[in-house]
Amino acid sequence: MSAAVDSRTEIRSFQVDIPEANIDDLRRRIATTRWPSKELVDDRSQGVQLATLKALADYWATEYDFGRLNERLNSLPQFTAEIDGVNVHFIQVRSQHEDALPLIMTHGWPGSVVELLDVIGPLTDPTAHGGKAEEAFHVVLPSLPGYGLSSEPAEVGWYTGRVARAWAELMHRLGYARYVAQGGDQGAAVTDDLAHQGPDGLVGVHMNLLRAALGNTSNLPSQTEEEKAALEEIGTFRTSGFGYFLEQSTRPQTIGYALLDSPVALAAWMLDHDTDSYYKIAGAFVDGQPTGGLTRDRVLDNITLYWLTATGASAARSYWEGGQAAARAVRKTPPAVTIPVGFTTFPGEIFRAPRSWVETLYPTLVYFNEAERGGHFAAWEEPQLFAEELRAAFKPVRNGRSS
Amino acid sequence: VIAIFMRGYISEMGEHPQTIGYSLLDSPVGLAAWMLDHDADSYEKISRAFLDGEPSGGLTRDTVLDNITLYWLTSTGASTSRLYWETGRGAKAAFKDPPPHVKLPVAYTVFPDELFQAPRHWVKHAYHNLVYYNEAPKGGHFAAWEEPEIFSQEMRAAFASLRNEDAA
Repeated sequence: MSAAVDSRTEIRSFQVDIPEANIDDLRRRIATTRWPSKELVDDRSQGVQLATLKALADYWATEYDFGRLNERLNSLPQFTAEIDGVNVHFIQVRSQHEDALPLIMTHGWPGSVVELLDVIGPLTDPTAHGGKAEEAFHVVLPSLPGYGLSSEPAEVGWYTGRVARAWAELMHRLGYARYVAQGGDQGAAVTDDLAHQGPDGLVGVHMNLLRAALGNTSNLPSQTEEEKAALEEIGTFRTSGFGYFLEQSTRPQTIGYALLDSPVALAAWMLDHDTDSYYKIAGAFVDGQPTGGLTRDRVLDNITLYWLTATGASAARSYWEGGQAAARAVRKTPPAVTIPVGFTTFPGEIFRAPRSWVETLYPTLVYFNEAERGGHFAAWEEPQLFAEELRAAFKPVRNGRSS
Repeated sequence: VIAIFMRGYISEMGEHPQTIGYSLLDSPVGLAAWMLDHDADSYEKISRAFLDGEPSGGLTRDTVLDNITLYWLTSTGASTSRLYWETGRGAKAAFKDPPPHVKLPVAYTVFPDELFQAPRHWVKHAYHNLVYYNEAPKGGHFAAWEEPEIFSQEMRAAFASLRNEDAA
């Protein structure tokens, strides 16, 4: 016992340990699922299709190797740190290149650190993945509070702005005096909040979802074909794929009961995010045709993590916090972002953000690109391409060239 | 914005009834939670029945569970949700091509704890041939269930003018 260790700032090494009994219970629940009848349409327009979910459940219960989640996570250096009352779990992989740029990446919903695991190699070890030594990153991947292996907040108030402050504290404790941040989905919200807060040491951000445009497009240009198409894509999402968003934003507890009690309910809820990723994942299970990294095993790694950590309700609460924060922010302007911003539009994302929109929201935009492939889970689906985007996006802030 | 933020269940059932259907068929507590989460008034009343043993009228623990058990045993969580999906499609069609006005006599009762208390002129605007309108003293969204006596009286009064053929 060391009396010198301060539990408030201590960083502890961490390993995942999944009790076999929990896996047996999961298999039993999948095997005894009570299924609804088949949807009455031939597409996604009534939700997750029965054939897709049955193929998933069958693979999950009979072929999926439950040991792989342990192995994938425990092969990486994992830690926990208590920050602002939450025990934050994070993966920290240092590059062998000492002058690598420290990068904190934030996952989203229905994701977890699992969606980012395959970019660790290309980012930390670029010379083995088509890059140059001077493009290396030291990578920090935290689990959002209430998600995966981080503990659940025991009180309200953990909106993305508070997460951002916790991330700044984490990077400070890890001794990174100069670092960058990245995120999509909820991770984009955290990264956007970080950029607005501008903590000491943060020198640049990159995002792959324009979070603000999902809530409000009234201040964005709508003249060009690209701008009109993006508006239409947002409209489609808000009128045909928004139920999960509203339910989680208003009633996370209500949907939480099913997410903790029924594996197929959890899987259905998580698959039903956006049209592009749904059909890609359905293709992996029904036709055996995965798109990039969205394989059956990797998709189930993520769902299994939600199940075993029983975080369906606590993760959903982050949307409730987002709704509360949005209501508080009405008619308030956050401090302007003064650090360099990079952005990549992926073609399968909910909407393809045009450069004009990103520039309107981030006047300090230094990098914008439209990637060839990839959707909402871009890092997961196209890790190599995603890593190349981050190398290019953060080039302007390497070596203190930007101030 | 407030209207949007109140309708999580309507939006989910109207857009993706199949997705929530998996929860409603496979988890009894998932089904019960989804069914209890309808409106603030009935939720508070049903909660009091279970937590404090103080039911409001007919909304007792047993009758509430009669209803949830029927959904469970008939496995109709998904198929009932599909009605919202159909309603969503129907509403879009009706917006483009409004149906003819109702010519038949219409009666209406406002219950004080319903989602909203429709004023007489709203009802009159929707149904031109309004022959009966009343504000009941008690009851909410599940008025017949909660206050069967009052509800029956409303039926008697509402249809009184239509009992004899000479009313038509």
